Amino acid sequence: MELAGSYRIPAPREKIWAALNDPEILGSCIPGCESIEKVSDTDFTATVRAKVGPVNARFSGKVRLVDLQPPESYRIVGEGSGGVAGFAKGDAKVTLVAETTTATTLSYVVDAQVGGKLVQIGSRLIESTARKMADDFFGKFCEQVGGEPAEAVPVESEPPTEAASAAWPAWLPWAAAVAALAVALAALA
Amino acid sequence: MTKADGIGASVKRREDFRFLTGRGTYTDDIDRPGQTHAHILRSPFAHARVKSIDVAAATAAPGVVAVFTGADMAADGVKGLPCGWLIHNKDGSPMNEPAHPPIVIDKVLHVGDQIAVVIAESRAQARDAAELIEVDYEEMPAVVDAVAAQAPNAPQVHGDAPGNLCYDWHLGDQAATDAAFARAAHVTKLDLVNNRLVANAMEPRAAIGEFDRATDEYTLITTSQNPHVIRLLMGAFVLGIPEHKLRVVAPDVGGGFGSKIYHYAEEAIVTWAARKVGRPVKWTADRSESFLSDAQGRDHSTHAELALNQDGTFLGLRVSTVANLGAYLSTFATSIPTYLYATLLAGQYTTPAIYCEVKAVFTNTVPVDAYRGAGRPEACYLIERLVDNAARELGIDRVELRRRNMVPASAMPYQTPVALQYDSGDFHRNLDLALPMIDYDGFPARRAEAAQRGKLRGIGFSTYIEACGIAPSNVAGALGARAGLYESAEVRFHPTGSVTLFTGSHSHGQGHETTFAQLVADRFGIPVDSVEIVHGDTSKVPFGMGTYGSRSLAVGGSAIARAMDKVETKAKKIAAHMLEASEADIEVKDGSFTVAGTDKSLTIGEIALSAYVPHKFPLEELEPGLDEQAFYDPKNFTFPNGCQVCEIEIDPETGVSEIVKFVCADDFGRVVNPMIVEGQVHGGLVQGIGQALMENCVYDARSGQLVTGTYNDYCMPRADDLPFFAVKYHEEALCTHNPLGVKGCGEAGTIGAAAAVMNAVVDALSALGVHHLEMPATPQAVWQAIRAARPSQAA
Repeated sequence: MELAGSYRIPAPREKIWAALNDPEILGSCIPGCESIEKVSDTDFTATVRAKVGPVNARFSGKVRLVDLQPPESYRIVGEGSGGVAGFAKGDAKVTLVAETTTATTLSYVVDAQVGGKLVQIGSRLIESTARKMADDFFGKFCEQVGGEPAEAVPVESEPPTEAASAAWPAWLPWAAAVAALAVALAALA
Repeated sequence: MTKADGIGASVKRREDFRFLTGRGTYTDDIDRPGQTHAHILRSPFAHARVKSIDVAAATAAPGVVAVFTGADMAADGVKGLPCGWLIHNKDGSPMNEPAHPPIVIDKVLHVGDQIAVVIAESRAQARDAAELIEVDYEEMPAVVDAVAAQAPNAPQVHGDAPGNLCYDWHLGDQAATDAAFARAAHVTKLDLVNNRLVANAMEPRAAIGEFDRATDEYTLITTSQNPHVIRLLMGAFVLGIPEHKLRVVAPDVGGGFGSKIYHYAEEAIVTWAARKVGRPVKWTADRSESFLSDAQGRDHSTHAELALNQDGTFLGLRVSTVANLGAYLSTFATSIPTYLYATLLAGQYTTPAIYCEVKAVFTNTVPVDAYRGAGRPEACYLIERLVDNAARELGIDRVELRRRNMVPASAMPYQTPVALQYDSGDFHRNLDLALPMIDYDGFPARRAEAAQRGKLRGIGFSTYIEACGIAPSNVAGALGARAGLYESAEVRFHPTGSVTLFTGSHSHGQGHETTFAQLVADRFGIPVDSVEIVHGDTSKVPFGMGTYGSRSLAVGGSAIARAMDKVETKAKKIAAHMLEASEADIEVKDGSFTVAGTDKSLTIGEIALSAYVPHKFPLEELEPGLDEQAFYDPKNFTFPNGCQVCEIEIDPETGVSEIVKFVCADDFGRVVNPMIVEGQVHGGLVQGIGQALMENCVYDARSGQLVTGTYNDYCMPRADDLPFFAVKYHEEALCTHNPLGVKGCGEAGTIGAAAAVMNAVVDALSALGVHHLEMPATPQAVWQAIRAARPSQAA
């Protein structure tokens, strides 16, 4: 499954790239971020408190940046564990396209899996939570980097790759959750 | 005719006062002195290797008494959970029986699999400490669908079950069936899925283990439908505790529906751990755990073909089913898609040739076992869906096609081509009763009227027969059963004439405390309030196989009847002595023992007093006391049967189905308490309707996560989803081989209902060209089917 989003940020691409690699900025933008630490140039750890429906848990995440193509794109591979609340893992491809010298479009595509109680109890809420976390993150990020709010660019999300199950497309919330966590984690990067 | 408290009277349920006023004693209501609390850490992964488990931090956490892993149990000699029915493959070889440890050793096989148990002073402390256990998992690809699990490159659930196959089994005459198809004028084919269900008993499972150091005796209090079976399985196979040192108690139990038949890991864990920590250990599942650890039901993928003559005569039935057993073999899992399924494929019809093959497959899902109906709803659903489609294809009225093929009452006893011999049944009479109840003749007008309101109206029939009271034991044993299938009873008259009745069956909603008391009241002319029913405790009841498969009255009730026979025989001898008459001259009626042709008479109470105060008693001939025990092993299954009709109205704009009318006409043999029987039918119908329209247990195909793990996502039927049911029964075809003439009613509603509902849904949509729809027919699924059938109008 995939979840995608796109934001137009009023800042030059290099500045955004630098911010995306600054733990301090990321930490202040990730909703519920309690700590963030740069372990190496490409590895980060973070602790994020997230609430998905009735599941309220502290997620410890490890993130690695791969396929780095500064300042255009990278891929974030990460996993977060919330103990008995569950886990999330996946990867997110983040791309920066310079629209003008002062405006950049940031796009992400997340492929993720979520498991444990998070799915069992909160599955219906994961997508909306993920979207909100992403919006919150980019809202703050843009304020910090560009000085004004980001503008979400409508993105056609990928159609479901599997036939919809009789109940509901199971992949959807998981994808979304990743978005949240991957974006959060991505942010860590 | 019917006595106020006797057979046929709708005596109000005596147990309801305590249940409705909150005075029931369920396992979780019980607290033992010094009790500790267990929390079980469960796998968040569907399939993963467990590389290491670090319990150090958890062990040191506040309030923690001990933390145990699978390795601890294995080191202590604890064995795996046994499977109770051995199935043989087509080639005669035995099925694959992979290990089933109570706590995993090195690999988790489904989300919810047991990793470790934390025992602490409080439930909260145990739960908190479990969070500190560090497990290093190496995740592996998972497979959740039984058909997908058979693919050559599918993830392998067990190392010793190649191709994820448990068994490849068959029943019936393949050559005769193929020949029938070769000469058929018409063949109706259908692929269908019988969707997986979660049992959802109102009371979650719970267990308390206790060990007495002074006597070396263990006690397990557990939410079980069959405590003696648990004692046998856990004692003999898992923990190695002899029966005389192990007491199993199943107190009030809040619903089972099959899911509380089985021996579960948690029972073994708390019993074993109680000795390790030297204190009682209590575990109670929360609802999330129930979703992840209670055995689930159904989950068949089937291809079925019915061969017919031009006039609609059934010539042959060919069925190929893939059954999902989940990750491990639950206690009776293997018997469900075989001897409780394929043997029922004749249904109510004279189909002369039937062949069924079943592949049972392991997947990374919660184990599957019997759920109300167990195999028989799956059989009924496929037969009745086929019959409806055949009727439509041949242009024959559905009722007429059924009637043409029904086994007539005159053909009883009837030997089916799939092993069973029906002893009795009058299937036409069921239809005769049901048709006026639903006003079948008026249906076209109702459909036309609904069409004027823009609604699609359909009617669906289901005729069902089930095999209840599995037996006899020697036949079941020859087919692979590893247990007996009899039942025991003890009727103990007390000196003042009241009775304690011990039964090996178990009541968890069925109303035994009322129905069984009625049997005694009817026989001996004493009020039901003078009869106490004792069940659910291996230290009190002689033995028992428990309650499942609608067996309590047919088998347990028959054992009670036999024990009462013995009481009566002895009482007659005592009466003859007391009345100074010949035993042959004593007439027994309603508990009075009278010398024929005289007014010399004794009540059973007077005889009981004499039995315990034997001053005027034939001591040289009889022992004192009036307390008799019987074991009853049935000669055959019983065959409840009936006809259900569902009328449904679909709103094509929303896809919402409304059941406007639902009627049943059943044959349960002799009915002891009509009110309780009707209640059983109602409950059964709701579970069948739930499967057809709402309930569906879904795992994510890629990750194996259970995505319908709460009532947000797993839709249970509610009162406002349901109509008022009209239920009738007849007693014109009593069971011929048990002393009460009873057949059983517990599962009937569920067995027929899904087929009746889905036939009605498909009937409503058939004008659009829809000929099949998978369950559950949710509004979304129905709406999509309508839209697919007529895209131009939906646009």
